[in-house]
Amino acid sequence: MNLQSIPLEYYLSLSAIMFTIGTVGVLTRRNAIIIFMCIEMMLNAVNLTLVSFSAFMGDSAGQMFVFFVMAVAAAEAAVGLAIVLALFRVKQTVYVDEINIMKW
Amino acid sequence: MEQDFLLSAPITFLSIMATILMVVDALIKKSSKITFTLSWLTLGITGVLAAWTLKHNGTAFNGMITVGSFGAFFDILFCMGALLTLIAARPYMQRENLEHDEFHSLILFAVSGMMIMAHANSLLILFIGIEIMSVCFYILSGYMRSSVRSVEASLKYFLLGAFATGFLVYGMALIYGATGSFDYNQIFMAAQHELRFPSLMMIGIGLLLIGLSFKAAAFPFHQWAPDVYQGAPTVVTAFMSTAGKIAAFSAFMPIVAIVSPADTEMKIQIILAIISAATMLVGNISALTQTNIKRMLAYSSVAHAGYLMMGLVAISAHHARGVSGILYYLSAYLFMQLGAFVIVSILERSGEKNLEIEDYAGLSKRHPVLAALMTIFMLSLAGIPPFAGFFGKYYLFTAAIESGYTWLTIIAVISSIISVYFYIGLIVKMYFTEPNESGESTQQLPGIASITLAVSAVAVVFLGLMPAGLLDVIKLLFGN
Amino acid sequence: MSTTVILFTILSIGAIASGISLVTRRNPVSAAMSLIVHFFMLAGLYLTLQAQFVAIIQILVYAGAIMVLVIFVIMLLNLGKEENLTEKFSMRTTLALALGGLFVVQFLTAFLGKKTGMNALPEKSMSIGTTEGIGNVLFTQYLFPFEAISLLLLAAIVGSILLAKRKHEAS
Repeated sequence: MNLQSIPLEYYLSLSAIMFTIGTVGVLTRRNAIIIFMCIEMMLNAVNLTLVSFSAFMGDSAGQMFVFFVMAVAAAEAAVGLAIVLALFRVKQTVYVDEINIMKW
Repeated sequence: MEQDFLLSAPITFLSIMATILMVVDALIKKSSKITFTLSWLTLGITGVLAAWTLKHNGTAFNGMITVGSFGAFFDILFCMGALLTLIAARPYMQRENLEHDEFHSLILFAVSGMMIMAHANSLLILFIGIEIMSVCFYILSGYMRSSVRSVEASLKYFLLGAFATGFLVYGMALIYGATGSFDYNQIFMAAQHELRFPSLMMIGIGLLLIGLSFKAAAFPFHQWAPDVYQGAPTVVTAFMSTAGKIAAFSAFMPIVAIVSPADTEMKIQIILAIISAATMLVGNISALTQTNIKRMLAYSSVAHAGYLMMGLVAISAHHARGVSGILYYLSAYLFMQLGAFVIVSILERSGEKNLEIEDYAGLSKRHPVLAALMTIFMLSLAGIPPFAGFFGKYYLFTAAIESGYTWLTIIAVISSIISVYFYIGLIVKMYFTEPNESGESTQQLPGIASITLAVSAVAVVFLGLMPAGLLDVIKLLFGN
Repeated sequence: MSTTVILFTILSIGAIASGISLVTRRNPVSAAMSLIVHFFMLAGLYLTLQAQFVAIIQILVYAGAIMVLVIFVIMLLNLGKEENLTEKFSMRTTLALALGGLFVVQFLTAFLGKKTGMNALPEKSMSIGTTEGIGNVLFTQYLFPFEAISLLLLAAIVGSILLAKRKHEAS
């Protein structure tokens, strides 16, 4: 018995769109915390790709990868926010365009 | 299972010791002496364990990691780099009034991440390794947290690094979709025989290359390198720009090798060649105009990533010379770049003083030994015989020519000539310019950092005079 | 069949809308709230793919842990609205949007251009997403990455304490 479902390409397209929205956010926003949240959204788009491949191929590896991505996201959140705090302490700002060397 | 643990001993031992070190550091007050001793002992023993597994060749833990040979070779390089950094860091940290305790465990964690990268036999393991290393680097670059520049560097590195991780993981996900597995061997098989979605595979490889190029600081994802390398504490820069780059290439090499069968139209090969050419040109030309020595060395490390990528081009053209060329060059690069940065860290004074190239005027009169050592490292970085850098470049250039990339080699030669200008410029500054009045006159002995310098200088000269020794080892291990 | 289609439509529109809202909100707190909504939408999408455990973890870890931390930091720093969201970077914004558009077109042609022919979940996928299925694989086949990730978390803990510590005493 196979479960009828939405075709795989719709899931992939959805995650591609989400990934792109995240990318645009990273490139345009100035607040370091919001940039960080946009990066989280990009990682989530990747998770959706992984889960959908995993489900459609009936292979567990993709879903396992998702757990590790989540653990990495949690670790990055802790470190990233600590860095933002440290920066706020020495510079009283979280806006990347007020940071001298951030003119990328 | 016992066999798995035995052969992966370098990784497991180092990880366990890093954790123990963290506990020791938390329990004992004023523990810096104990943690320092423990950490260099750990790195030494790990190096020995890696040398012991060097002859083995296989996989462990359900094919998740490879053991022995390739990974073990890199383990030795990482341990060497970390050991030299730790020794050089001790006087530096004392002078800058930084606490050392967490520094040791963070360096060890970073090394364990690098080792996991080099041993990876699955994209999942590679991802975890890269993240362990990167997270440690984000923290280490912000280690001087009262210095604005250090924290800014840390934030820039973190935001761009996490952004690049997004691309990296997306690439991995698409490759998984196209091949049905994360395992290197199965990806290789799938790339050779049938791919479910060839277009997904190509996009996936492209995204993966973006992520890895960022970690290796290759054009056009190199902009973070000068800023981060300048802002981070100098010893951390020394570690990041050597061991970090070696780790990036240890991940790059197998990836290029396994995806190359899917590259029927030679697209990846051409892209790698273009990135390589652009990286070395941009790195060397930007280095010309720098006035800060850390930035100059940072751009030079970007340029060296370009030379190393010539080896990747050769690998994707199935040329065995690529592998041995990269391995030899990385070994030489470790010592010359580390040595140069350690000299910078010795001459630096707190408050980011003495970091301009101007400050090196007349160094030969004030510190004749340091000036002589710096000359050795600069000549080696410029690729002038008889030092190690020359032979490294020679092997990579011949590998590129033999893979049919003569144009790439011509560009490499041109950019090497450009690079001679600023490397020799520094030597001229040290020997033939009068010291300016404001120059620091107080003699500060390098302390135990001189061990690092001595080892690096001897290695650079030895590898240059007797390149056959290391090459024989490489040939023995990887069968030419 | 039709319920799946309706669910997918609602969830995907919700996910895209909350994503756009995250990128355009000026107030960091409302941006964070949009991201939480986004995470819930994704959890729903995982359920349509029979990945129950991932869906639950998604809410627990992302919405429950990471976002609480983010909002805590936003509150702690007492951040106001961004006054100039785009004006200063009009060139960069256009560039980013152009790049983004290119990306989407590229991906959509790659994904939608050739039908994958995968319209149904195989029966096997029913069992891999459950807690039992995940646990079985995680603690046998994935032992090494499972241990390795603990190193990452340790390093992150040490590092964030180090960075967020107030001042270092001169030793």
